[in-house]
Amino acid sequence: MSNKYRLSSGGEINRSEIVSFKFNGKTLYGYKGDTLASALLANGIHLVGRSFKYHRPRGIFSSGVEEPNALVQIIKDQGKTDPNLRATQIEIYEDLNVISQNCWPSVNFDIGAINNFFSRIIPAGFYYKTFMWPASLWKNVYEYFIRKAAGLGKSPTKKDPDIYDHSYYHCEVLIVGAGPAGLMAAKTAAKSGKKILLVDERSSFGGNLNFSNKDYNKINDQTPFDWIKKTYQDLEKNKNIKILNRTSVAAYHNYNYLIMLQNLTDHLPDKDKKGKIRQRLWKIRARKVILATGAIERPMIFDCNDRPGIMLSSAVRKYVNTYGVKCGENITIFTNNDDAYETAITLHDKGVKIKAIIDIRDNSDGTLPKKCIDLGIKIHWKSTVVYTEGYKKINKIHVMKLSKDNNNVVGNKFKIDCDLLCVSGGYTPAIHLFTQSGGKLEYNEQKHYFFPKKNTLNQISVGSCNGTFGLKNIISEAQEKTNEFLNIDQKEQFNVLEPKGEKFENIWLLPTNKVSGKTKSFVDYQNDSTSNDIKLALREGFKSIEHVKRYTTTGMATDQGKIGNMHALGIVSEITNTKLGELGTTTFRPPYSPITFGALVGRNVGQFFDITRKTPMHDWHEKNNAKFEDVGQWKRAWYYPSNNESMYDAVQRESKAARTKAGILDASTLGKIDIQGSDASEFLNRVYTNAWSKLAIGKCRYGLMLNEDGMVYDDGVTTRLGENHYIMTTTTGGAATVMGKLEDFLQTEWPELKVYLTSVTDHFATVSVCGPYSKKILEKVTQNIDYSDINFPHMSFKDGLIDKIKCRVMRISFTGELSYEINVQANYGQSVWEKCMKAGKDFGITPYGTEAMHLLRAEKGFIIVGQETDGTVTPVDLQMDWIVSKKKYDFIGKRSLYRSDTMREDRKQYVGLLTNDPKEILEEGAQIVAEVKNMPPMDMVGHVTSSYYSPNLNKSIALAVVKNGKKLKGKKLYVPMPNKTIEVTVSDTIFLDKEGKRLNA
Amino acid sequence: MFLIKCPFCGERDHSEFSYGGEAHLVRPKQPTELSDDQWAEYLFMRKNIKGLQYERWNHLHGCRRWFNMARDTSNDKIHSVYKIGEKPSK
Repeated sequence: MSNKYRLSSGGEINRSEIVSFKFNGKTLYGYKGDTLASALLANGIHLVGRSFKYHRPRGIFSSGVEEPNALVQIIKDQGKTDPNLRATQIEIYEDLNVISQNCWPSVNFDIGAINNFFSRIIPAGFYYKTFMWPASLWKNVYEYFIRKAAGLGKSPTKKDPDIYDHSYYHCEVLIVGAGPAGLMAAKTAAKSGKKILLVDERSSFGGNLNFSNKDYNKINDQTPFDWIKKTYQDLEKNKNIKILNRTSVAAYHNYNYLIMLQNLTDHLPDKDKKGKIRQRLWKIRARKVILATGAIERPMIFDCNDRPGIMLSSAVRKYVNTYGVKCGENITIFTNNDDAYETAITLHDKGVKIKAIIDIRDNSDGTLPKKCIDLGIKIHWKSTVVYTEGYKKINKIHVMKLSKDNNNVVGNKFKIDCDLLCVSGGYTPAIHLFTQSGGKLEYNEQKHYFFPKKNTLNQISVGSCNGTFGLKNIISEAQEKTNEFLNIDQKEQFNVLEPKGEKFENIWLLPTNKVSGKTKSFVDYQNDSTSNDIKLALREGFKSIEHVKRYTTTGMATDQGKIGNMHALGIVSEITNTKLGELGTTTFRPPYSPITFGALVGRNVGQFFDITRKTPMHDWHEKNNAKFEDVGQWKRAWYYPSNNESMYDAVQRESKAARTKAGILDASTLGKIDIQGSDASEFLNRVYTNAWSKLAIGKCRYGLMLNEDGMVYDDGVTTRLGENHYIMTTTTGGAATVMGKLEDFLQTEWPELKVYLTSVTDHFATVSVCGPYSKKILEKVTQNIDYSDINFPHMSFKDGLIDKIKCRVMRISFTGELSYEINVQANYGQSVWEKCMKAGKDFGITPYGTEAMHLLRAEKGFIIVGQETDGTVTPVDLQMDWIVSKKKYDFIGKRSLYRSDTMREDRKQYVGLLTNDPKEILEEGAQIVAEVKNMPPMDMVGHVTSSYYSPNLNKSIALAVVKNGKKLKGKKLYVPMPNKTIEVTVSDTIFLDKEGKRLNA
Repeated sequence: MFLIKCPFCGERDHSEFSYGGEAHLVRPKQPTELSDDQWAEYLFMRKNIKGLQYERWNHLHGCRRWFNMARDTSNDKIHSVYKIGEKPSK
């Protein structure tokens, strides 16, 4: 295996376990413990992707979550693929197959790179400005090309086969980040006995301390690595602490509610993934939160700062110390602080040549620079890189001296050959989670970073995310603040060895010898926005930092202010002469790092997507070939096609049978509310429009319920079972909201009423039998009920028995036929249904579904709340004035019926419509006009709410709401359709049996 | 994502509750005697305050009881929760 850039020893990888993987079709090797990035670098591969807009070659830039360039796509089985993953976070496993994104035909030769040559004519806002007109090109031309050009990876085309999980967790202390600060906080908190959760997004703990130079960093005479290991082992033994690695906090909400994503199997070979949960989404409620999220190293902004082979200095240190990988052989370093010198010394110690260090400062008396001078490493003080060469890999840097005031470059340019440029622009505290939680930041003018200032939650920040740098400071702060925060006293003395040197100098946009505008100084690599784009946005009048962000796309997408943010703010602040503290930052939105849709959805896929409610007779319907309709969460039998019948034919047959013989309907889904209490009658008086006090025990009554705004809300039949006992039925879809509304009024407006409500929808199964033979069938099914009209008239109920089962039979009708509803305890539903089918066999009993039910009631002009009404319809509009009590002093919605608007005469009113051609069936939802014009728009006067072909009347019928409809009876109206205009005549809403004779047939 | 202290059940997750609009609106005892404007005032007009606001909440997926909450809408801090009919504690 060729790992040319792998050092012969060192690192935390397992050199005895070789892992093979594919990158862009080529098989490569790495070791167990490598990330994709470290394995590629070991193979000498820097070029991993192409940039978003200009398709410039881009290489691995960092070593973690902040990676802006090396976004790749993992290819799995057909159609299954994971886009936009960071090579720096993918742990390699056997048979991992990765390809580069955003390039075609390949990362080495990308046609889209032509954009690079046109970059001067595609600046910020190019798309907004260019694709404006003509509008006719939007859909077919512009969208097509923009979609082709846009986007990063490709989304999968097949269903996600992986398993995802959700987990809820409560803890007293959540510690986010297990670097030195987080570990120290955990170590301190551990002794408190509190329930603690410690999480880190990486696979191993210790943060950046993990790869610090062991000669210059020590804790209690231990190497950093040993201290981390010992601390971690102690924590692991503590039963109060739960520790999760590969777990990234995505979002930090109010009241210490956090969402985290744990990766469980992404790092395992495919064969070990099978049957296991891939990712778990944690929903955490923590009493207290300690943020120890660390800091992210900044790049430097100069011309062509984006070439492959330009990397963050700390990342290069990590690759050599953790993975035994040297990222180059002729190394140059460009810095404004001492930290980069640790990288130089580390590499030098491993035998890698440091050609030069370019430092914008004029000197530093820190430990590490001094050591570099001793080692003979060439340092160019007060200098800057002005340009880099090398298309697919850096091969030269151009360096110039800085002027005294740092505003210009002076003297002669000189070039240095190199194959790697490490950049270090200092560190930015990772305040993303802090700001998500509502925390306010303050700007440190000397050190040039934002740090946590104030938050309202039970939360602290410790370590470098709090703007505290230096190992000693971090450890002591973590210990002190944790003690104070948890009100404990667990002090331990630490003897910390760390290099000295805090001198730091910051230049947001480095000066150049070129004409401004001729440079490509990338501020945000991921979104390809340059310092010139930001200047352009400012010239064009964008002042707010949020607007600049949107116009230039800086800091957007997965970056969310990790790499491409501080410099954009700095440049804006300099140009507009605004203090950074006053400018503020853009909003860092959740998720901090991307989350899969699979994890968000968890187990709620397929049949578990939503709750499905089935009636006790569901199995029978299924066995008898029913087609189902979703009504809210319910599955209702829609129609029962027999012998390959079409829906139309089945509904016609069912509707005819219900009027000529007998029909049977499963009405179990109707909402049922049991109402008891000495004020039950008064309560019904207040919630329904009609009067209830005089309803006799044993009788049923139809009721209409309004909202306080006077609009129809629900309807149904309520039966008086006893002096203080009613059972109310509601519409299937309205059951839960009606119950909620009634409870609301009882609890808040009328607490003095003695009324108790219980939802009993699921407790009863309801079998509705209608038609001329229904009485005969019921007589066969039930015992001890006298069905004579005198004893058991319409709108009354009887208790009875079916064998030994108690039943309640109501004589009520939604079809206009003689009709009975049998209510039994739910678990007897199917057997009673089957009994009815058996008893009705000789009478031609026919099961009918909701569609035939809708047709039958439409023949009678009965409304369906939600079909004839839409929240803007009053009972008066429905021509149901008869149900609105004039005598009752008050009921919900009464006052609103007398508002000037609800009393308007030209409101849309409920009417029937008949077509000239009885075979012509109107389309439900079709608009109605009084006057036809050649072209739309025409004035619409209403719309069709229900429309059917009636097999019992042998003609089409329709219901509609039409402006001033009450006065239009007999008048002609028109329904314009795409291919013709249908003439209709306004009619009565009752098409069949106006006298209601069939109820007693 | 609030953590709400139901006056009947104690601290529960936000997802168990539903919001019910402005609190302390009393339904007029004699609606028929109100002018259209007065009725519209009761029916439609609601405050939308930046700052301390009194609201109705229902522990829908819990005890199903209604209660009131004093909440600062600028930072979502819940100052108090109290039963229907009670006054907010100062």
